[in-house]
Amino acid sequence: MSMIRKSGNRFSEKIMLKNKRSMTRASTLSLALALLIAGPPSVLAAGSEADFKAAYAAAEAANKEAGALRNQWTVTAAALADAKKAADKGDFDRAIASSKEAEALAKASIFQATSEKEAWKALEIR
Amino acid sequence: MRSGTHFAPAALALAALAFAAEPSALAADTPNPPADAKAFRDFFTQKFPKLKLEDFVNGPYSMNEDMHRQWEEKEQFPPYEFSVDMGKEMFSKPFKNGKSYADCFPNQGIGIRQNYPYFDEKEGKVVTLELALNRCREANGEPPISYVKDEMAALTAYMAFTSRGKPFDIKIPNDPRALEAYQSGKRYFYTRRGQLNFSCATCHVQSPGERIRAEVLAPALGILNAMPIYRSEWSGMGTISRRFTTCNSQIRGVPLDPQADEYRDLEYYLSYVSNGLPISGPGARP
Repeated sequence: MSMIRKSGNRFSEKIMLKNKRSMTRASTLSLALALLIAGPPSVLAAGSEADFKAAYAAAEAANKEAGALRNQWTVTAAALADAKKAADKGDFDRAIASSKEAEALAKASIFQATSEKEAWKALEIR
Repeated sequence: MRSGTHFAPAALALAALAFAAEPSALAADTPNPPADAKAFRDFFTQKFPKLKLEDFVNGPYSMNEDMHRQWEEKEQFPPYEFSVDMGKEMFSKPFKNGKSYADCFPNQGIGIRQNYPYFDEKEGKVVTLELALNRCREANGEPPISYVKDEMAALTAYMAFTSRGKPFDIKIPNDPRALEAYQSGKRYFYTRRGQLNFSCATCHVQSPGERIRAEVLAPALGILNAMPIYRSEWSGMGTISRRFTTCNSQIRGVPLDPQADEYRDLEYYLSYVSNGLPISGPGARP
């Protein structure tokens, strides 16, 4: 840049700038293209093994918390079992979906146990 | 001196507030078993004014005339009879060490069902009949048996049979731990659980006599007096442990281990509020 200024050739400076812009545009475009090319597999691989493991761990942790409250649900255990079975078959989309369902169920059982700490009194025969 | 006089009324007011607040908060939560038992009994006798008190122990058969007739016929050849015979045989057969069940219980185990469960002040926990039977086995070098059916049902069937007609006589000793166990049982009874969001009370307080699918729901009053039971649905006998665990799984809750503290406390509470009602076990249910 400084050499161009020294020569005072504004025209070449403009060209350089234009070139730079187009280069930037091109590199942005190629990056976007690269992302686009690389992108679809990563979107489709929402069902990767790593994603399943993370989802399953979250569901297991929530179910463990429900267990500490002595309030696990059979449907949570069934959803966890279904997730594992699907993962063993390599069907990670289904495994992730079941893990997420298990986590939601476990969280509902935690909510139930927590709210019932006081709510049970409303049912009591007095 | 002056500042002291200024602070005194404020401190007094605070203390008064604290004292005023404490008793009412406690009053709401302090268990009162005799009052609970009276309210419990009143609730059911008012809900079913035509029913004799002692008939509540017959569960669904007390709620429906047709079923009552079926039950009377069934009682001529009771389906639990084989279990009573088996229990009697087990009871009289000595363990390998020469002792028997009779050595573990007051009055040789005969006619004592109505006193179980009891609160053991040494252990600080509720002891049920099923638990006492397995402890008896283990103390005599025998392996424990399953809490839910077959042998355990047979033993408790025989023991209940020798107590038929004797009123439940559950005591709560003057021990805060006993009161806490009672309260814990009550809390368990009324707490909603499982994906279906049911408590024991949902079926057995709010809906006795109503149908849940093909079943007629039993009232909670006297619900344990007929245990163990032969259930056609099970095609066999079941103990109190079996009843509690299956109730939990039916509402899509993961059952606790049989004889978990919560179940022991629940049995304590349910038996106490049925004090005075006769033991009718073993029973038969659809």
